[in-house]
Amino acid sequence: MTRITPFSISTDWAGFTLPLFACVVPAGFPSPADDHLDAPLNLHELLFAHPASTFLARVTGDSMNGAGIRHNDIIAVDRALEPADGCIVVAVLDGEHTVKRLRREGTQTWLEPENPRYPVIRLHEGSELIVFGVVTHVIHAFREKRSRVLGQVPNQRRRA
Amino acid sequence: MFALVDCNNFYVSCERVFQPRYEGVPVVVLSNNDGCLIARSDEAKALGLKMGDAFHLVKPTLQEHAVKVFSSNYALYGDMSRRVVRVLCDFAPEVEVYSIDEAFLNLGGMRYWASEGLEQYAGRIRETVKQYVGIPTAVGVAPTKVLAKMANRLARKRSEKERVWVLGTDAQRLEALERTTVEDVWGIGHRYARKLHEQNICTAAALAAKPRAWVRQYLGGVVGERLWYELNGQPCLELEARLPDDEATLGPRATQRQSAACTRSFTRPIADEQRLREAVATFAARAAEKLRAEGLAAHLLTVLLGTDRFSPKPGPSTFSTTVALPCATNDTGQLTHYALGALQRLRRAGTSYTRAGVVCAGLEPEGRVQLGLFEAPEARQKSKQLMEALDALNKRFGRAKVRYAAAGTKPLSWQGRCEYVSPQFTTNWEQLWRIGDAAAKA
Repeated sequence: MTRITPFSISTDWAGFTLPLFACVVPAGFPSPADDHLDAPLNLHELLFAHPASTFLARVTGDSMNGAGIRHNDIIAVDRALEPADGCIVVAVLDGEHTVKRLRREGTQTWLEPENPRYPVIRLHEGSELIVFGVVTHVIHAFREKRSRVLGQVPNQRRRA
Repeated sequence: MFALVDCNNFYVSCERVFQPRYEGVPVVVLSNNDGCLIARSDEAKALGLKMGDAFHLVKPTLQEHAVKVFSSNYALYGDMSRRVVRVLCDFAPEVEVYSIDEAFLNLGGMRYWASEGLEQYAGRIRETVKQYVGIPTAVGVAPTKVLAKMANRLARKRSEKERVWVLGTDAQRLEALERTTVEDVWGIGHRYARKLHEQNICTAAALAAKPRAWVRQYLGGVVGERLWYELNGQPCLELEARLPDDEATLGPRATQRQSAACTRSFTRPIADEQRLREAVATFAARAAEKLRAEGLAAHLLTVLLGTDRFSPKPGPSTFSTTVALPCATNDTGQLTHYALGALQRLRRAGTSYTRAGVVCAGLEPEGRVQLGLFEAPEARQKSKQLMEALDALNKRFGRAKVRYAAAGTKPLSWQGRCEYVSPQFTTNWEQLWRIGDAAAKA
């Protein structure tokens, strides 16, 4: 009897794509589109380059308006990325998370809001900044959130 | 070589990732229905709080020391666990998810990758999990699974920055065996530990030094012998590798499960027959749902009832009865029927129960179920359709939205509290993790 041991290879299936050639042997006029077939786009690939380390968060407040991150927007935060000068990051300040632009110059580190109504946050000498992750994307909805269950259409609309 | 990666105070750590203000303060997580303590931060452990302490008994202590209390949030812990496993899959060709917060890695044949040395490699695993997911871990590395578990125990005792322990050489292995008492050896239960102590075998080293034949005779036969080999550095337990699943679940695909269970402790003891029936029917429905989710059907159904474990009254506190089903099923209606029948026999009028549960065992793939002699095939087909519709509705509108009347008409009226539950930060759009301006307004 042959014993087969399952052997797993770590593969990132989400990012693992193969070109699709779906052409059949043409008996009539070949479709001109056949040569250009491609897999449909998957938004996950864009938002979750690192699925294990990417977290979504809803932003409350307007301190990052200038960077295009507004109240109620959803941001993707990747913990795998190295926070560099100029990145927008989620940092831990006084035990709370906050979104700000990270600034580094020499030994100096500070956090910049993108709204003149908020002060720049300078770190005290010798204090360590804890960065939760680097913000990679923002999802901004143009319409108010509607019904609770996705795909459920409110009654009056359905009647209209 | 095997590595065992174990998350430190996993549930507490999950909560802290999203609420860093609880870093450095004592935190505990409660079991379902806020029954007892199931996770404690190091600070909470230092206060003398024990695993399994009843919440209502330690409440004064918790208040006195301002301990932060969380109800369990399995949606969050499950997601964080899958993320950890996903990171681990980048470090070894085979990963066995042993529990929600532990995984074995097979580092065999990894010499090329791990050229930096096992200690450094293990350290890198730890750092990566901490950076990517935010969860602190301890890593034990050894030639066998039993030894890896032992190394992990030793790693956990180290300071937070260096929780790695490698048993690479014989000298290191012997030292670890000396430092481990028999009751702390993976696979040795209380009963055997007592027996071994009576024979003056107190450390793992003493046990490993016994002749093989002795172990075979006095320590559970082949199982004990395997353990002995493992302690002596010869692997007998293979890794039960599970493939990392696709993107949809981010996680490990379980090998076929042996049972599907749903058990809960109640916040307040229940004596009322109707309420017990509703609870048991709810648990049966949940177990059935688990079976269907994996395409399995059960032959055996066990109903459990538990009375107060802390009561001064003598005698057992858990009672159970098992029913053999005429043919394997995963139909909620049928399982509920048998579960309620079993409850009828088990329940003693006037007794208050603090726990109940339904366990389905004797599992087989649903397609290969032996058909009943007196059962019409179309009935089975109808049942399948009904269950599919039920699952589809509940998937869309929320768990147990559509249920059998036996499970109660009021929304889970028997159910207790989960007063201190944190949001489902990562798995629910409504409760998505929120980041504010708070700190910026200063």
